[in-house]
Amino acid sequence: MIAFLGFITLLLLGFFVGRYLESRHFSSIRQREAELVVLPNTSSRYQLIPMQQIERSELVTGSVVISIDYFKRIVAGLRSLIGGPVQSYETLLDRARREAILRMKESCPGACQIINVRVETSSIYNAAGNGIGSVELLAYGTAIYGQVQATNGL
Amino acid sequence: MFITNTETLPGKTIIDCFGVVSGSTVRAKHVGRDIMAGLKNVFGGELRGYTELLNESRDQALQRMTEQAAQLGANAIVNVRFSTSSVAAGAAEIYVYGTAVRVE
Repeated sequence: MIAFLGFITLLLLGFFVGRYLESRHFSSIRQREAELVVLPNTSSRYQLIPMQQIERSELVTGSVVISIDYFKRIVAGLRSLIGGPVQSYETLLDRARREAILRMKESCPGACQIINVRVETSSIYNAAGNGIGSVELLAYGTAIYGQVQATNGL
Repeated sequence: MFITNTETLPGKTIIDCFGVVSGSTVRAKHVGRDIMAGLKNVFGGELRGYTELLNESRDQALQRMTEQAAQLGANAIVNVRFSTSSVAAGAAEIYVYGTAVRVE
């Protein structure tokens, strides 16, 4: 009985607190993405913006480790019985990737563009060894500093 | 030392190539490092202690690669890639590799 009550408490805590923290994180991500839209990044190896003069270029990285909440973990476990899309992991991976890319952008103030962006994902298994406990994301690219060529409104 | 993950170094010319250099670190993957990790497993969210560990091991791998390139007489590393692999239960490797070159 006590174990069952504990399970329900964890489930409710995970649902309410987890949902609150996630929505707060998403609104922070959206706000920072809007601020950093001035620093374009591309997964192409070619330069996105023609440069008049390149001062220097360097490797920039951003990484984050994010854990899923208890409620979503249980839901995902149930979901694996019947199959289909697992939405709880979709949001986890989505916010982790966006956060990693944001951190990469924040690590190079003054850069004109970031090219050749790559994202590396790996999961950390929980102590029992089953299911994804949390994911670690590493985003990296080449930041280019210098003077942007004047373009006609492009 | 210039490090990029593109094939060339933008704004510079490659004059000599020294081949592949690499660096790696293996660290124990355990969220127990973070005191709050137990709570985070209930609430969800970022595991800060673990992010720091990841940052440290990434920097160390880069450092090892840079040292190797410097020994060869290179002054830049191009086409850098990161890769992660799990070696055993609870242990993971960060591996970084690239091509050591000399630029003008």
